[in-house]
Amino acid sequence: MIRLSIAAALLASAAPAIAATHNVAPGEGAQEALQEALILAEPGDEIVLAAGRYTLTDGLSLDVDDVTVRGAGMDGTVLDFTTQQGAGEGLLVTSDGVTLRDFALENPKGDGVKSKGADNIVYYRIRVTWTRGPHPENGAYGVYPVESDGVLVDGVKVTGASDAGIYVGQSQNITVRNSIAEANVAGIEIENSRNALVEHNLATRNTGGILVFDLPNLPVMGGGNVIVANNLVIANDTPNFAPPGNIVAGVPRGTGIMVMANDKVLIEDNILSRNPTAPIMVIAYTQEFEDERYNPLPRDVVVGENRYDGGGYDPQLEGADMLLAAFGGELPPVLWDGLGSLSAVEGTAGWNLNLTEAGKGLGAAQPGPLAVGTPASEFDRSGIGAPAELEQRLGG
Amino acid sequence: MRSAGWLACAAVALSGAMVARATPPPPEYVNDAAIMGDGMPRLLSDYGFFDDPGAQVPVAGVHPYRLNTPLYSDGAEKMRFVYRAAGTQFTAQGDGLLDLPVGTALIKTFAFGEGSERRLIETRVLLHRADGWLALPYLWNDEQTDARLAVVGARIALTTPAGQAISYRVPNKNQCKECHGLSGEVVPIGPKARNLSHAWLSRMVTAGHLDRVPQDADQLPLWEERESAPLSAAARAYLDVNCAHCHQPGATASNSGLDLRWEQQAPEALGIGKRPVAAGRGAGGHLFDIVPGSPDASILTYRMASPEPGVAMPELGKATVDEEGLTIVRRWIEEMAP
Repeated sequence: MIRLSIAAALLASAAPAIAATHNVAPGEGAQEALQEALILAEPGDEIVLAAGRYTLTDGLSLDVDDVTVRGAGMDGTVLDFTTQQGAGEGLLVTSDGVTLRDFALENPKGDGVKSKGADNIVYYRIRVTWTRGPHPENGAYGVYPVESDGVLVDGVKVTGASDAGIYVGQSQNITVRNSIAEANVAGIEIENSRNALVEHNLATRNTGGILVFDLPNLPVMGGGNVIVANNLVIANDTPNFAPPGNIVAGVPRGTGIMVMANDKVLIEDNILSRNPTAPIMVIAYTQEFEDERYNPLPRDVVVGENRYDGGGYDPQLEGADMLLAAFGGELPPVLWDGLGSLSAVEGTAGWNLNLTEAGKGLGAAQPGPLAVGTPASEFDRSGIGAPAELEQRLGG
Repeated sequence: MRSAGWLACAAVALSGAMVARATPPPPEYVNDAAIMGDGMPRLLSDYGFFDDPGAQVPVAGVHPYRLNTPLYSDGAEKMRFVYRAAGTQFTAQGDGLLDLPVGTALIKTFAFGEGSERRLIETRVLLHRADGWLALPYLWNDEQTDARLAVVGARIALTTPAGQAISYRVPNKNQCKECHGLSGEVVPIGPKARNLSHAWLSRMVTAGHLDRVPQDADQLPLWEERESAPLSAAARAYLDVNCAHCHQPGATASNSGLDLRWEQQAPEALGIGKRPVAAGRGAGGHLFDIVPGSPDASILTYRMASPEPGVAMPELGKATVDEEGLTIVRRWIEEMAP
């Protein structure tokens, strides 16, 4: 590492524009070597993590723009935080233009990788795993970009998060794709964010598969313009293991795709199979709040063509037995609480709680078949997804 | 720029193998070039802040100060100094941070142990350069004669004044920014007028270092007099000093929506009746940051009372629970009308 750095320095002095490569290997002193590389890297540099298992006792952090951290594959380079003693996450990124690729984090004490205010970030083939499987004392989020403009999450895998596996919050221009979220409380969660595309992911064995939420009292408000398409949302049937108090602790086991208090969301071309409470759920925010900026209702949510297979057979809802009896043993795939506005393509089977007021619980529910209009116009897809520039970084 | 950076890098990488000079020559004046240049000085003695480094006796022009309510750091004794470059002056701006111009250095040394057992552990410096503030950690040598730059920080086994054996964390250069970062810039945290004594500020004015005593200076109660101070002032001062550098708009924990600054008055922003956002298991099964009258049901005190990474607050800079701080905050919540 040291020799290579000096060599890089000599090279750099001859040709200042050449980016340097910092090579880090596992073993004695890896914690210091890796953190040192993350501190001393300059924009354009690449930090290359050799294959192997790195035992880390403290969180890592990167605060240099335009740096790539590259491992030898999401099973080849493993950052092991099992004995972590400090910090709230495994890796914290606070700079722009960063690419994280081809490595894994195991058992971080808090979040896995958090990037905050880190614009144009790419997470590519990153794995975050809590190896004991679902457990309330696992860390909260696996992949956690927040307050950022430009987020591309591609090919990641998160298992065991006690809150959300892939959680994008208070951000805009986002793509989450080709990723696997398994055995988390929430598989993929898009929260208080705009212009998000969630496509070609597998969400399975979570409590809830894919959640699109807007919450009050946050610095960034007004989530919406979200497309959830071409995902496999299969058997999200793990009992909710979130520590109570978290918003996702209220997600019923067996929720496929859930939209809460969001504006303009399209759900189409997904395969939803064996999600026992509801394949698709569209609801208002249920808690009391004081925030004049906040709209608790789902607005202009569109359910397009999806494939439904065996859902709604074991709903974790009040009065489940009566509901099942009324609907013939299995609830139809789309559950709406009746608040806000929803449209669905013709032939979409669903049911409606017919609530008239947000935040008053299910006591006033008068369940009945879903009767909503068809989408009035083509969904406006413009400006949704991560900037094209981020795609270009995936090559090589 | 690049080659200079890389030479510094090589020097830092090699410094672990080098032994700091056992007896650095006594400096006569502060090295302004070390403060304002673009390198990262390898040794604390390169700055010339101290006449007697081991005894923390500063040279002329390096002024010791204290904070009314200090940040808790596992019970470390902290010695704080501020250096003003020639031809500059500090200026007052309300009750917040003093305006400390380019050339200023803030120096803070952490020590554990009493009497002959006392050891200087680390000295953190904040340097105001033309391109902004730079935070650097220095680690003291065994001889207690000098400290060397440790950009990656360190872990040190020691015993706290409360008698707990801990693995003490010296933060790395990036971690400095987690607390000192505000709207993308590194800024000082401590020397706010509201947390500096009127007497000290007056002396600084008299000596020509500061333009005037700031209005609303010296508002935060003295921590050792917290029992006789209004409870809410003591608790709010504690939260301002220990939490608000992250929990305010533009800072590290801004996404939480929690704002614990002294000047914040909105109950929800302070956490009263506020639900957590990304607390994960840090919520501890509780629904609100603060439940008036019920510290046992409040996330704020739950996290303050935990040493466990992923739950503990603050996330950095503590391995042990601040029982005194926790007591004050608990009492404050307890006495809030439900």
